[in-house]
Amino acid sequence: MTALQITWFWLIGFFVIGYTVLAGFDLGLSMLALTARDGRERKATLAGLGPFWDGNEVWLIGAGALLFAVFPPVYAALFSGFYVLFMLALLGLIVRAVSIEFARTASPAGLTAWMVMAGLGAVLSTFLFGVVVGNVLRGIPLDARGVFIGTQWELLNPFALLVGVLNLAMIATHGALYLAWKGEGRLAAKARATAQGVWSLYLALAAVVMVMAAVFYPHLTRNYRMAPALWLVPLFTLGVIFAIGAFNLHRRGAAAFFSSVLAIAALLGTLALTLFPTLVPALNPALTLTVRNSSSSHLSLLAMLIITLIGMPIVIGYTAWVYRAFGGKISEESGY
Amino acid sequence: MSAELLARWQFAVTIGYHFIFAPLTIGLSWLIFGLMTRYWRTGDAGTRNLARFWVNLFAVSFAVGVATGMVMEFQFGTNWARYARYVGDIFGPPLAAEVIFTFFLESTFLAVLLLGWNRVSPKAQWFASLMVATGATLSAFWILVANSWMQTPAGYAMAGGHPVLTDFAAAVFNHSTLERFLHTMVAALQVGSFFMLGISAWFLLKNRHLAASRRTLRLALIVALGASLMSLLSGHIHAVQVANTQPAKLAAFEGLFVTQRHAPLVLFGILENNEQEVHAIISLPGGLSFLKSFRTDALVTGLDSFPRDEWPPLALTFYPFHLMVLIGLYLIAFALLGAGLAIWRPQLLTNRWYLLGALFTIPLPFLATELGWITAEVGRQPWIVYGVMRTSDATSLSVAPGHVLFSLIVFGLLYAAFTVVWALVVRRELRKGPEEIEAETATAPESAS
Repeated sequence: MTALQITWFWLIGFFVIGYTVLAGFDLGLSMLALTARDGRERKATLAGLGPFWDGNEVWLIGAGALLFAVFPPVYAALFSGFYVLFMLALLGLIVRAVSIEFARTASPAGLTAWMVMAGLGAVLSTFLFGVVVGNVLRGIPLDARGVFIGTQWELLNPFALLVGVLNLAMIATHGALYLAWKGEGRLAAKARATAQGVWSLYLALAAVVMVMAAVFYPHLTRNYRMAPALWLVPLFTLGVIFAIGAFNLHRRGAAAFFSSVLAIAALLGTLALTLFPTLVPALNPALTLTVRNSSSSHLSLLAMLIITLIGMPIVIGYTAWVYRAFGGKISEESGY
Repeated sequence: MSAELLARWQFAVTIGYHFIFAPLTIGLSWLIFGLMTRYWRTGDAGTRNLARFWVNLFAVSFAVGVATGMVMEFQFGTNWARYARYVGDIFGPPLAAEVIFTFFLESTFLAVLLLGWNRVSPKAQWFASLMVATGATLSAFWILVANSWMQTPAGYAMAGGHPVLTDFAAAVFNHSTLERFLHTMVAALQVGSFFMLGISAWFLLKNRHLAASRRTLRLALIVALGASLMSLLSGHIHAVQVANTQPAKLAAFEGLFVTQRHAPLVLFGILENNEQEVHAIISLPGGLSFLKSFRTDALVTGLDSFPRDEWPPLALTFYPFHLMVLIGLYLIAFALLGAGLAIWRPQLLTNRWYLLGALFTIPLPFLATELGWITAEVGRQPWIVYGVMRTSDATSLSVAPGHVLFSLIVFGLLYAAFTVVWALVVRRELRKGPEEIEAETATAPESAS
């Protein structure tokens, strides 16, 4: 396993974290809009995500494209193996994408309909991506060609479903915290209350999933048994998730939101640490897809590293500029 | 129906639909840049409203383009897993480059262009429009790098049983990238400009927004004429490249069954005898040879040089190609007519007949673009990567036909719904038109800066 391959494992992790942290808040906002009492609340939510959601979604496309380019067998095995899950998740993503755009110019009645569609789309894709991760952790039946040989139904097992709900809770909390921080008055107060509610589910599920993973799936504790100091990482993660609730309770909006950012990074980091250096555990361990056996060629990885090192700082630069230019509070009078 | 056939159909449907909106937004992005440049230089409120109107039309089309584009990224993995595994080493990097260099750029700056009217300076808005157009153009470049590698693979070697990248520059700038990028960009400019031409004509026919529409009519006509004339040249360059690097495809779309010198150019013809020969209705002796190498005695490879199982489906290559050329010629003629009228009979330019013609011309560049892609992709069959991998060896092994049928139906219904909503939004934008936007923003509260 080369340094370049290891670098790419973590770089893809960086893109997944980037997606979850950035698109996470606008996905969470879309979900929140499902609980909106009136059109003004919905419109304000739309205004909150309006300038940012399109750019945020690109992080997912990036993660996917890089997975394809860096670890083609993993991309092929997961996307084709989990066919129905990915197609439904895609459905959620694209329905949401067009619904937000259609909502922008819609009548009040239309706005409600499109925001509901956007919210449902966000729920569907978020839940299903969690189910995908849960199944990857659990291990899947792969044959010697790296082809998934299980059924679609077995992907809906309790552990994977729990991870799906955990993802929902994490994203919903993240979105609510964003609104609690950036919102004003009644909007922020409601968001704070919602955040506290979903946060408790988030914390509970994070702990349950971690315990289940450690108890039921021995292959997931391999790294921790080799280096027990690593247990600090999941513990730290739970600590940060706990801090979210504490900050939110004390109305420290920015602190709560950025704790959520850190929590997402820590949780996904834990996931990465747990899997590394495997990528997709197979029921037959000899057929597990790993960083070593699934990487593209050295030249490919090098070319993409150069592309990423040139391109991403520029991306982060202008993204930060847009966030600054469109910063400011979200009030119920905000329009999109 | 086999999973393979369904997978082919699904890809054809999803990419065909995506490529309605992709060239429209690429073409429009440059026209909007033109309007924004004028707005920035003059600061004129009328131009601002005009640009804003076109940005709104652009945005809703862009959204459908993005959504349908996401489907493509997923599909390489979901339905073509063996392809992804086999050539991901080389095919993946251009897609990654497309995301990092272009998708972030156009998506981020579109938000500025769409929402920044009261937040950022006109110069920043202008810059945003340039970034959107640049992003759209570069994204066309990178995806064409990937597709061109499928047509004329280069910069690779076989290692460990599959193609592996050996020369990044050679893979990116393979034997067809530049020709195809040029031709696709020209086509996108035609789609965008004839769309703007037709919409401008519609307003003039309705006697609304006269000053603004005359301006966009003129802008669109200039671009439409330039792009249409250019398409003749870019199409020729591209065809010469196909003749040299994908001879089976050329033979299929020109209906050349026998390898020969003085090969005829069939202008109108029908495939006959169970597609074993072409009955030429109008043909130019030596024409094809001449087009290939500027010599009527040049050797052009016919289908007889290839085993029967390497022939592309002939009807689905020959007819779309010829229809595309026919439409292309019409577009040149229509644009030339407009230019002529503009110079010598200006009042006739805004005559009912020309304007109606412009309106009905809107769908034609879209159709020509699709026909061109059908020629390109069907003409590459049976290969998914020319000479390297067959399409039938590229599908996913773990996907049941029923699942593909399910996703095909879902996308079909969804895309039909998108079309309806897109059309309704466009119609509503057209009803409002450019000038009225000023009145709307004067009364509605905007986000506080």
